[in-house]
Amino acid sequence: MSKKGTVKTFVGQLPQNIFSGFVVSLVALPLGLGLALASGAPPISGVIAAIVGGIVCTILGGSHVTITGPGNGLVVVILSAITILGNGNMYEGYLFTLAAVIISGGLMFILGILRLGSLSNFFPSSAIQGMLAAIGIGIFAKQAHVMLGDLSAKGSIIELLLSIPNDMFSYVQTNSTSVFYAGSIGIISLLIMIFYSKIRNRYFQLVPAPMWIIVFSIGFYYYFDVFSSSKYPIDQELLINLPDKIFAKFPQPNFDKLFELEFISAVIAITLIASIESLLSIKAVDKLDPMKRRSNINKDIRALGIATVISGFLGGLNVVTVIARSSINVNNKGSNRSANLFHAIFLVLFVLLLASELRHIPLSALAAILVYTGYKLASPENIRKTFRIGSEQLIIFMVTLLVTITTNLITGIIVGIIATFIIHVIINKNFGMFAGNLFKPNVLMFKEDDTYYVSVKNFSSFLNYTKLKSKLDQIPETEDVIIDFSMCDFVDHSVMENVYSYSESFKRKGGYFEVIGLDGYKSGSAHPFALRKFALSKPKDKKHSLTKRQKSLRSISEELQWSYQEIPQEEITELPEFGYFKTRQIKKVSNILSNDHCSLFDIDFSEGELIAKQNIKATMIHIGLDKGIPEFTLDREGIFEYIIHFAGFKDIDIDDHPDFSKRFYLSGKNEEKIRAFFTDELILFFESNTYYHIESNEKGLLIIGKERLAGVKEIKSLADFGIRLTQIISNVRTTV
Amino acid sequence: MQKIQKILIGIAFSPNLKANFFEAARIANMFNSELVGVHVGDKSTEKEQALADLIHETPKLTIPLKTIWQKGNPIDVLLEATKEESIDLLILGALKQENIYKYYVGSIARELTRKATCSVLLLIKPSVERIACKQIVVNGLKDQRTKETIQASFLISKGLGCKRVTIVEEISQSEIHVKVNDDASLRKATIRKERLKMREDSRVNKILEEIDTKDITVKKQSIFGKRGYSIGHYAKVKRADLLVMNAPKKTGLLDRMFPHDLEYILSELPTDVLIVK
Repeated sequence: MSKKGTVKTFVGQLPQNIFSGFVVSLVALPLGLGLALASGAPPISGVIAAIVGGIVCTILGGSHVTITGPGNGLVVVILSAITILGNGNMYEGYLFTLAAVIISGGLMFILGILRLGSLSNFFPSSAIQGMLAAIGIGIFAKQAHVMLGDLSAKGSIIELLLSIPNDMFSYVQTNSTSVFYAGSIGIISLLIMIFYSKIRNRYFQLVPAPMWIIVFSIGFYYYFDVFSSSKYPIDQELLINLPDKIFAKFPQPNFDKLFELEFISAVIAITLIASIESLLSIKAVDKLDPMKRRSNINKDIRALGIATVISGFLGGLNVVTVIARSSINVNNKGSNRSANLFHAIFLVLFVLLLASELRHIPLSALAAILVYTGYKLASPENIRKTFRIGSEQLIIFMVTLLVTITTNLITGIIVGIIATFIIHVIINKNFGMFAGNLFKPNVLMFKEDDTYYVSVKNFSSFLNYTKLKSKLDQIPETEDVIIDFSMCDFVDHSVMENVYSYSESFKRKGGYFEVIGLDGYKSGSAHPFALRKFALSKPKDKKHSLTKRQKSLRSISEELQWSYQEIPQEEITELPEFGYFKTRQIKKVSNILSNDHCSLFDIDFSEGELIAKQNIKATMIHIGLDKGIPEFTLDREGIFEYIIHFAGFKDIDIDDHPDFSKRFYLSGKNEEKIRAFFTDELILFFESNTYYHIESNEKGLLIIGKERLAGVKEIKSLADFGIRLTQIISNVRTTV
Repeated sequence: MQKIQKILIGIAFSPNLKANFFEAARIANMFNSELVGVHVGDKSTEKEQALADLIHETPKLTIPLKTIWQKGNPIDVLLEATKEESIDLLILGALKQENIYKYYVGSIARELTRKATCSVLLLIKPSVERIACKQIVVNGLKDQRTKETIQASFLISKGLGCKRVTIVEEISQSEIHVKVNDDASLRKATIRKERLKMREDSRVNKILEEIDTKDITVKKQSIFGKRGYSIGHYAKVKRADLLVMNAPKKTGLLDRMFPHDLEYILSELPTDVLIVK
């Protein structure tokens, strides 16, 4: 692309990035305040980190759609640093920790220069999962108390966890109105967090859940201020405390403990977690990028390092790449780094304009956000997932988790690594294989007849994964790759998982990635990421009983003379090509009703990654068309579309059909063709039928009802709609 | 190594002797050369009888076997014999690791390989029956010895009736000069690799111009990776029957501690290996 073209697209995409930055800032504000509070630092320090990160990483960063700011992984480390370094004096501890933050920023910068961005690959994935779960439990244990209006809870993570029931009991019996109201706001906020993703209303979803909590708690204050005769019942000490002149006076980092062991270990822990969290997030966000770009990880790490140094000097926390906010950015069509900058700018505006409103937010509301985050990090679902991969992974996970909770993060992750290695040795009953081959180059890659062939020898585990990774990274994702493990005696879970994510990204970018040579291997479970063996889990042949819905689906299929399958025999490859699935990941397709070119199915997909992940089940119909039709999307017109309109999309109005144009929102690249395609007959059809979201990608149509599973009746009407639409379209094409 | 006139084989009366001897005899006959058997140790009637039995079993040698009996340090004795007899090719058997199909070169053979002044053939699975050699992999490194090595590989492939020769150009990763960070640098690196490949191909083509490659399918394969290591891995992946390599430059203690080039191959033989000197 020419420079002029680049500038043009950049300017063209500016509105959507401003919009996306705005939505992200709605989340970043409460999270920034909350994360800082949970870390034991002044609330504003989290917002400072987000602002500095947004500005610096936009200028110097190497990724495209990531958002930077304070990270939740760091909460536990920073809290312990502040407590230990301050010897009980939180503010003193904060000043010491700022110095640690600054130095960790410097270290991250050096890591980036030394191109050690791949450092995180040395950590086995189950150990990382265990560590993240431990962090989640740490956040949860502390914040559950704050959420119930109890600021005094102290002790180790386990003590805090055990005292939660006690605290609930005393909350119910409390006679302090302040604690009662604070706790109620906390609990309601938690409910908002939990049920937010269940409510699939676009207008409601436009504002992220944490912002709803802020709106709710500020509204609560104004209820007492304006309508009620009684005073605002929550005590000052349970409300956020913001300095009067926020951007005027910055705290002075204290470097006095520079060479003390406690300080050094704090620096190491902070750097470790900051880099791991950032690297995981960058990797995950790359999978979400609709434009499928590859991030320059080392450049990004350098930028984060610089941002952290600056943030530390201004009294802010570490700047890391954060997954939840980045996912929101992608979902709101943020397309380049400017969204990160706008998120920072909006934060500045919020803090300057709304400082006095923010002071009315109870701590319990913010704690609720964190309780939910902590729960997501340590959810039982994660444990189940790990167990499904193999019982040995669960051991690694649990060992890391327990050691991290009872000691500290660094010990936890080191023990996790050692445990993983010991388990690998036990499984193979062979230490020599690891010792003898560790430093040997074990990966061969060559290109033959336009196919890249990668052969791995000896063993492939987290210990030498970088060698494999450095080869795989050199292959453009649009090419064909065969990776052969047949000369490899052992392949571990971390490698399997990473190889799988490579195969996903090759699939996304139009390449082909195949793993061979693992057929005869033993493995602990049938899970695709299980160590040693890589085989996509096939549906079991066992005949299990159908649910009522499935039975009715089968009878519908008989009525329509379509075929019905509970679980598809082969993967449906057409779906990922639709724009709708560019930012959403398909997990499972089931209950397929199909004839020659139509298929109606239930689909499981997810939006966002990691903790921001929302799983959605919906029913859709796909119609394959043998002749080309223009690419377009058709939707119901509403406020939502006006906003998108503002964000740089265009609604195509069809002349002579003002009613249709008013009620429907139609967009697409080739306006002329679309106008020609939408004949009177077709428009009449759309006008006289139920609304559906319809998307065309030239080769087929995707019709989506509501973003949930459809009932039997709805399925019937969806199928009917699909059949009639197909007929009309084929008529249109013959007449054109 | 333009001709193979004299071949030397060590006779140690080990269980492998029979197979090794059969291979050596076959090669000697194929190239119409003289086979010299050297035994390090005392001459005894038992041993002479055993050898006579062995010769009786093997296909008849075109030129009769010459035997040398001498006491001393095996390495010194064999090295001296190669010099005195002006041997062209030294045949050594490799050892197999217990239970796994990995072959390595024993300490004596390793020392011989390093010090011998003639070409060395390391056999991983000598067999009494003849197994046809179908594919030869030869290195095409940018090195002054490469030309001779490639020539030798064609000489051997003609002698053994091998129809396929693959010339592997190992290119060091650092020659690309571009670190892959993102899409732009990946594109740059890919283009740069393509250029390097063309450069290497044309260099090898120049060598091939002087060689008669009739009846042999020649393939050129460029690999970006560690020298010496990747060619061995490649030979194994491709199930080559013979790997032909340049003789190493002098190796010191450090080279053995941090193995490279040939040392990789010696610690884990992918297939039969011929080292051309």
